[in-house]
Amino acid sequence: MRAQIAVYAVLAILALAAPFLGLYPVFLMKLLCFAMFACAFNLLLGYTKMLSFGHAAYFGSSAYVTGWLVTARGWGTIEAILAGVALATLLGLVIGAIAVRRQGIYFAMITLALSQLVFFICLQAQFTGGENGLQGISRGSIFGIIGLGADRTMYYFVLAVFVAVYLLIRRIVHSPFGQVLKAIRANEPRAVSLGYKVDRYKLLAFVLSASLAGLAGSLKALVLGFVTLSDVSQGTSGEVILMTLLGGSGTFLGPVVGANVVVALQEYLSDVVGAWVSVIIGAIFVICVMTFRRGFVGEIEGRFARGAGKL
Amino acid sequence: MTTVFGVPLPAILGQLMLGLVNGSFYALLSLGLAVIFGLMGVVNFAHGAFYMLGAFAAYVGLQFLGVNYWCALILAPLAVGLLGIVVERLFLRHLYQLDPLYGLLLTFGIALIIEGVMRGLFGASGKSYPVPALLQGGFNLGFMVLPIYRAWVVLASLTVCGITWFLIERTRLGATLRAATENARLVQAFGINVPLLVMSTYGAGVALAALAGVLAAPVVQVSPLMGSSLVIVVFAVVVIGGMGSILGAVVSGLVLGLIEGLTKVVYPEASNIVVFIIMAVVLIWRPTGLFGKE
Repeated sequence: MRAQIAVYAVLAILALAAPFLGLYPVFLMKLLCFAMFACAFNLLLGYTKMLSFGHAAYFGSSAYVTGWLVTARGWGTIEAILAGVALATLLGLVIGAIAVRRQGIYFAMITLALSQLVFFICLQAQFTGGENGLQGISRGSIFGIIGLGADRTMYYFVLAVFVAVYLLIRRIVHSPFGQVLKAIRANEPRAVSLGYKVDRYKLLAFVLSASLAGLAGSLKALVLGFVTLSDVSQGTSGEVILMTLLGGSGTFLGPVVGANVVVALQEYLSDVVGAWVSVIIGAIFVICVMTFRRGFVGEIEGRFARGAGKL
Repeated sequence: MTTVFGVPLPAILGQLMLGLVNGSFYALLSLGLAVIFGLMGVVNFAHGAFYMLGAFAAYVGLQFLGVNYWCALILAPLAVGLLGIVVERLFLRHLYQLDPLYGLLLTFGIALIIEGVMRGLFGASGKSYPVPALLQGGFNLGFMVLPIYRAWVVLASLTVCGITWFLIERTRLGATLRAATENARLVQAFGINVPLLVMSTYGAGVALAALAGVLAAPVVQVSPLMGSSLVIVVFAVVVIGGMGSILGAVVSGLVLGLIEGLTKVVYPEASNIVVFIIMAVVLIWRPTGLFGKE
């Protein structure tokens, strides 16, 4: 417990002071957005053991909607974010309702195929700008009171949202609902025999995960000012899996660590090795699956299982 | 000129022919996936990458080594199949005891590596591969011209699917294979080398993908990314047909290719999503797929 508090205290100080440490704020915000995305994904993979291979669909479509409402419709920032999240929730509900009918590998393949459907819709729809994507998305302000144009202000806004999402996910996992999810993860037939309507729990977890992934996507659109097809693509779905797996699925801090490692690697490696970066990402995937399936945080927790509390 | 729904008949037949060609590729690829899944319980995400490698092996063979199309038809699947065997021995073999999701994740990583390497070596742009001299031109059927190469693709892949079906359902080797699918330990106890069987099955499934790649090389642009979106369509085909069902994989591959071709005529905007919509409908109606058993 003490170790846990210490870790979080250090992280909080680092997060608050980061913009003053000479780190590029937009990069920090990108880290936070992907960390949020990975945490949302982890709610599904880590606590329900449902591997969705199409989470970019919610992330990207929400980003598109927010970006489009802000640029083409002149909506306020908060309203546009909420609209994006609403769409992601709806998509999650529809796709989830179809996908939870099957388990394991089938679930993965179905979510992948349906997210590809979303990808093609984004490719062909008018409002997404097709191959060009959306550009020049302005950040606007929070209800006209606090302008978000300045990087530092935006950083603290994104940080606040991230912390809220992180706490929400902790709350969900520790709630009675979260306990049922863990029971399903451990032994689904037994959960059924105990009288739980397993599919409903799984669907709710899926929808929650999709809407939080959408929130991450909306914020990412505002932070970077653009949305491209790669945000809804299979590649992004794969990346969020890698982030969660690498950091440690089923741990709270794991996805945050994984997202930071993957985004930082991409940022620095793409300058050095160019197109070969996907080879390195693929190699990390292989190494992770072959050697440390519990991820960084999972392995550390496993090693100090008796000494420290759960992070 | 005869028209159907206001579309000239030759245009419809032409698209149906294209659909049938695509359907043949779907059939070959989903056949390989179904065979691998049936025996190993692994969803091979790298299938699209191996298909792409098959096409590239043909391209490189022709450009740099002077290997013609007919030799490539044999050599490329052999080479890519060997690579598949290496992948099975080095990586996949160690994951059989674990949740099948790890096999999916591993092969996803391998697909990223293969595609990344090919993009690094050859760039992202498409390369064209000439139609072999023997198969150039077309038959004039009176109402439409049938390109010989396309007819050959359909014929060749149907033949290969037929042979594979025969091997698995009607031979002693196939019987052993099916027995190992049911109960690997028991088959092992009879003195059959199951790990070897599994390894060769993976190699054979991958070789089928590479064969599809060689067949596709003259009709599509050979590019490092040619397999990455195709593999998702093939996944949908396999889900529709029912995982692990060989007949289901082949039939639904061909039929979905045809439906896709028809959609191109009737409502072109929906042509690349129609397979996914059908998948959603089939799942709502029959969650196990059309030919699948619970």
